[in-house]
Amino acid sequence: MKNQQYIYKEDNLIDSEPNKFKTGELKSEEMIINLGPQHPSTHGVLRLEVLSDGEIIKDVVPHIGYLHRCFEKHAESLPYNQVIPFVDRMDYVAAMNSEHAYAMGVERMLGIADQIPKRVEYIRVLMAEINRIASHLIAVGTYGLDLGAFTPFFWIMRDREHILRLLEWASGARMLYNYIWIGGLFYDLPVGFEQRCREFITFFKPKVGELEKLLINNKIFIDRTANVGVLPLNLAINSGVTGPMLRGSGLRFDLRRVDGYSVYPELEFEVPIGEGKMGKVGDCWDRTWVRVKEIYESLRIMDQCLNKLEGEHKRTREFDPQAIVPKKIRPKAQEFYVRAENPKGELGFYFRADGKSDIPFRCKARACSFVNLSILPEISRGVLIADLIAILGSIDIVLGEVDR
Amino acid sequence: MSDRKAELLSLIRQVTSEEVIEIPNSTPFGVVVKQEALLSLCDQLHKNPASYFDMLSCITGVDNGPESGTMEVIYHLYSIPFNNSLALKVLLPRENPEVESVVSIWKSANWLEREIYDMFGIGFKNHPDLRRILMPADWKGYPLRKDYKHEEYYRGVKIEY
Repeated sequence: MKNQQYIYKEDNLIDSEPNKFKTGELKSEEMIINLGPQHPSTHGVLRLEVLSDGEIIKDVVPHIGYLHRCFEKHAESLPYNQVIPFVDRMDYVAAMNSEHAYAMGVERMLGIADQIPKRVEYIRVLMAEINRIASHLIAVGTYGLDLGAFTPFFWIMRDREHILRLLEWASGARMLYNYIWIGGLFYDLPVGFEQRCREFITFFKPKVGELEKLLINNKIFIDRTANVGVLPLNLAINSGVTGPMLRGSGLRFDLRRVDGYSVYPELEFEVPIGEGKMGKVGDCWDRTWVRVKEIYESLRIMDQCLNKLEGEHKRTREFDPQAIVPKKIRPKAQEFYVRAENPKGELGFYFRADGKSDIPFRCKARACSFVNLSILPEISRGVLIADLIAILGSIDIVLGEVDR
Repeated sequence: MSDRKAELLSLIRQVTSEEVIEIPNSTPFGVVVKQEALLSLCDQLHKNPASYFDMLSCITGVDNGPESGTMEVIYHLYSIPFNNSLALKVLLPRENPEVESVVSIWKSANWLEREIYDMFGIGFKNHPDLRRILMPADWKGYPLRKDYKHEEYYRGVKIEY
């Protein structure tokens, strides 16, 4: 008994995560199909309870929480600066963006947001945009994999490797960086980073074109995704959906433009929206297409950031990215909600500071994947089971962020 | 911004007969709402063409600890056409906290409210599907309450922190 790790009983699973639909109450033509939690097309540990009538889906109930790592509980027992590594682990394919949002929120609470040097801001935006490309690549690549297109995934992983190497060079880690600190950065860019970034841009631009030819404009891909999982705009707004999903439904809404945080007002970029080129506005194809277009825009932003980092805000001997990193982070008593545009949508942090301690009284993360996933039952009623996989892939969830 | 704040305040005053109290030091600007007035106020803020808060970004639960004896639910609303943000706060007692659900107005409230129920044990009246969402269904206690003590064992597995 002492050495036993887990006492297995058949009822354990039924007690801990019971199905919503009871087998006794089903009609004779209905059945429950269980998908996941260990299934490659659920992108992690998501379990879907599917109520189906043959091939047609009547209802979907997502069961989440398999990757719950108590982010909010941890944040309530750690000083503000030590929460950043936990923020990384929420959306682990776009950690820089989450760090950026978190650091920005705490800086605004401390009132030092306008003292951050321009060079630091440009490096942050550069890093966030590189990471946004990596995140969108994962989204599009694994989406192809879900629909049976194997090659694009390998091509994308090959290109993404260059991004991870760049980020590793700057921060020391491939995916979980802890690079953006409150009030500054962990370190200045390594010497020669700008040059390598430019080489990456020239290398990568034609590859996105190849990706478009290979996957996005592929006839099979269009047949599988166009007119599937149409998300009307009013439902999208009412359900709190943000990011490429909302833009795919046809609303030009990007927090980088709307809020204009950091140095985004100084940069030129377009906000692509779904136009229903292959089917209706807001279908799975539109969402994927918006992501590919955003990769181009991110490359544009990177280019402008590099111009600034090599010109106006050049590296100098005196520049210290940790110059105004506060020794003690103790915001005044206040409530603060900060939001930023992550690759998957609006990432929000709600802080409650009591003014007496270095530890947040309450820190809530409004995760974009969590809210976006809640739309799944609404748009997948009445579709085929194969289309459910297509819809789920187009939502682009990261289970680390859904469960936090 | 102060114009907008005044506009919003007057709008809220029109809708509720109750006294409106501002939340001190809150970004975005917010007001404290009585539990009973919440649903009608939200409905008005959503429908009224002058405010039109069409998006519910976030719902947060806060436990103020056993000494103060209160819990809070905070709603962050956003209006896309007006680019306005507003926070609404509801104060609840720590014993049997319950508040009206806003799922009938904003669908995004569904999972956000379930999460608060899961973490704080705050009930939501007329919620269509109030079950635990992140924790297992047979988990005991509400983890984000300040006086929460986790159990030593869950199914024979020692819980270590």
